[in-house]
Amino acid sequence: MPVNQAQLNIKDQQLSISGKITHDTIPEIQKFLRKNKSISITAIDLPELEFIDSAGVAFLEELTQATFPGAAINNASEKIGQAIKTFSSKGSQLSPIPREPNFFESLGNAIFKARDALVESIYLTSEIVLWSFVGVFNSRGRRKGSVIQQCYLIGSNAVGIIALLSFVLGLILALQSAAQLRQFGASIYVADLIAISMVREMAPMMTAIIIAGRSGSAFAAEISTMKVTEELDALRMMAIDPIRYVIVPKFLAISICMPLLVTLSMILGIFGGLVIGLTYLDLTLVSYLNETINILTAEDLLVGLSKSIIFAWVIVIIGSYFGFKVKGGAEGVGRVTTSAVVASIFAVIFLDALFSLIYMI
Amino acid sequence: MQTPIIQIENLTTRYGEKIVLDQINLDIYPHEVSVILGGSGCGKTTLLKSIIGLVEPDSGTIKLFGELFNKADEQRYTHTLRRIGVLFQNGALLNSISILENVSIPIEQHSRLDKTLIEKIVTVKLQQVNLADSAYLLPSELSGGMRKRAALARAIALDPELLFCDEPSAGLDPLTSENLDKLILTLKEQFNMTIIVVTHELASIHRIADRIIFLDQGKILFMGTLKDAKSCGISEIETFFTTGSF
Ligand SMILES: Nc1ncnc2c1ncn2[C@@H]1O[C@H](COP(=O)(O)OP(=O)(O)O)[C@@H](O)[C@H]1O
Ligand SMILES: [Mg+2]
Repeated sequence: MPVNQAQLNIKDQQLSISGKITHDTIPEIQKFLRKNKSISITAIDLPELEFIDSAGVAFLEELTQATFPGAAINNASEKIGQAIKTFSSKGSQLSPIPREPNFFESLGNAIFKARDALVESIYLTSEIVLWSFVGVFNSRGRRKGSVIQQCYLIGSNAVGIIALLSFVLGLILALQSAAQLRQFGASIYVADLIAISMVREMAPMMTAIIIAGRSGSAFAAEISTMKVTEELDALRMMAIDPIRYVIVPKFLAISICMPLLVTLSMILGIFGGLVIGLTYLDLTLVSYLNETINILTAEDLLVGLSKSIIFAWVIVIIGSYFGFKVKGGAEGVGRVTTSAVVASIFAVIFLDALFSLIYMI
Repeated sequence: MQTPIIQIENLTTRYGEKIVLDQINLDIYPHEVSVILGGSGCGKTTLLKSIIGLVEPDSGTIKLFGELFNKADEQRYTHTLRRIGVLFQNGALLNSISILENVSIPIEQHSRLDKTLIEKIVTVKLQQVNLADSAYLLPSELSGGMRKRAALARAIALDPELLFCDEPSAGLDPLTSENLDKLILTLKEQFNMTIIVVTHELASIHRIADRIIFLDQGKILFMGTLKDAKSCGISEIETFFTTGSF
């Protein structure tokens, strides 16, 4: 390609352009015209114009319509004339920009959406529970070994992080309370405090939050990607229920793993407390463990574990709900994944507060 | 004959162990429409991507516009990219922004034109692919064929000198497909574009092809004009031109 340039000249109110009018040369031409603002142009002369691209055509149109209304185009070669005709924007118009809803419309939409979300998630829950119970006895329409695979992904891979964080949490709780309790010579009650708070509250909640972040997000991402790429539709057309094929294995796996992980978390939390008791408070191993065993009842354990299962279900349901709701492509997947994690952490904490209230009454 | 705009010498590309392109030698001449033909999975997309530098070849050299495609020299690389338009096999529109913005992006990126002018250009491009009514929709709100057309509008937004189209008419109805072919020919005439098209549609090939490149198992089985292709004596190719399938 020869150099991209336009040669410009103004004479007798006539602008002549030769060379090229392209994406590259238009800014140059605009600059030239700005310099000669005072002259009003009545015609644009193009006898030696070699080349014009579609940006050039749009530019000429703008000149003859807006900048110098009524200016004529003269002496264009046949090919240039043809280009001007072919790439003219005359007769093409974009559809109007869609109107944004106003405040009240958005509010109304949001309310209806919230109602729909509630109804849909109830349906989804019932379907998941139904297929899970069927699935326990009948594994057709489910990939072989998928529950075990999910147990591995949800459970085994989370063991390390949960153990570590629970231990640290036990340490922190014990340290914070030890300083206070020691003043009253009540050091031994650190054991009670750690045992009750870990078993009833901290272990289930913290495990649920970690699992929501690790696995809830993964559920939402997997399901939404499958939806975007039409994999879910393909499953349906093979007479495989997507809920059964994709979600039920996760539901069963998380129902198995969550109580185990929470138990692990309880033990490590208590162990964290024990370390503080032995080092900072000079308690003996036997007295600490005795105190722990005496204070804990079967009810505490039941409360902790039942909560853990409820949280697990909430995480699966919210993850799949957002996964199914995806719109658009890659960006939609990112959005629902974020929403799923935020919503399930919120739900876990909210439910935990609700449980505390119920048990107090 | 003019000097070739694309020169490929001994190009070999593999994915892992699998050799997809095997010692390809190919010249593409300017102001022509070259059609790449071949069965599914024979390496057409890989060839296109190798030419435009998206797939790193194992060996061999590729020259575009007479120079090696050198990514190290950033300014030159950007300048070369500006002269190339690509329609990807799956459209590859950016999903989070509207069709209008998708088509505007290359113009904004590569030129210093003001907004009204850009919008005017985009309007014409969308009109040419018959999508002026869908300018403000997101890609996910379009049908497959509409997405293809929007992607074509994006590919030609800058009137590139070299246009690559990977199966532009797959998934389009015959009438739309014919209109796209007309558009391709118009672009060739008006802007002296060099166009490389992967397609299987016999009708389309007859309308647009100046030159045929027939790939088979990573090798070039035939290269030449459409007329020669029909009487080249290679049975696969003649079968394709009589039955329309491989
Ligand atoms: N990213 C990749 N990784 C591994 N193999 C690939 C990849 N892309 C393509 N292939 C293989 O290379 C071959 C050629 O693919 P492609 O160029 O897409 O064929 P087509 O002619 O249908 O466009 C196919 O056999 C495909 O399996
Ligand atoms: Mg392909």
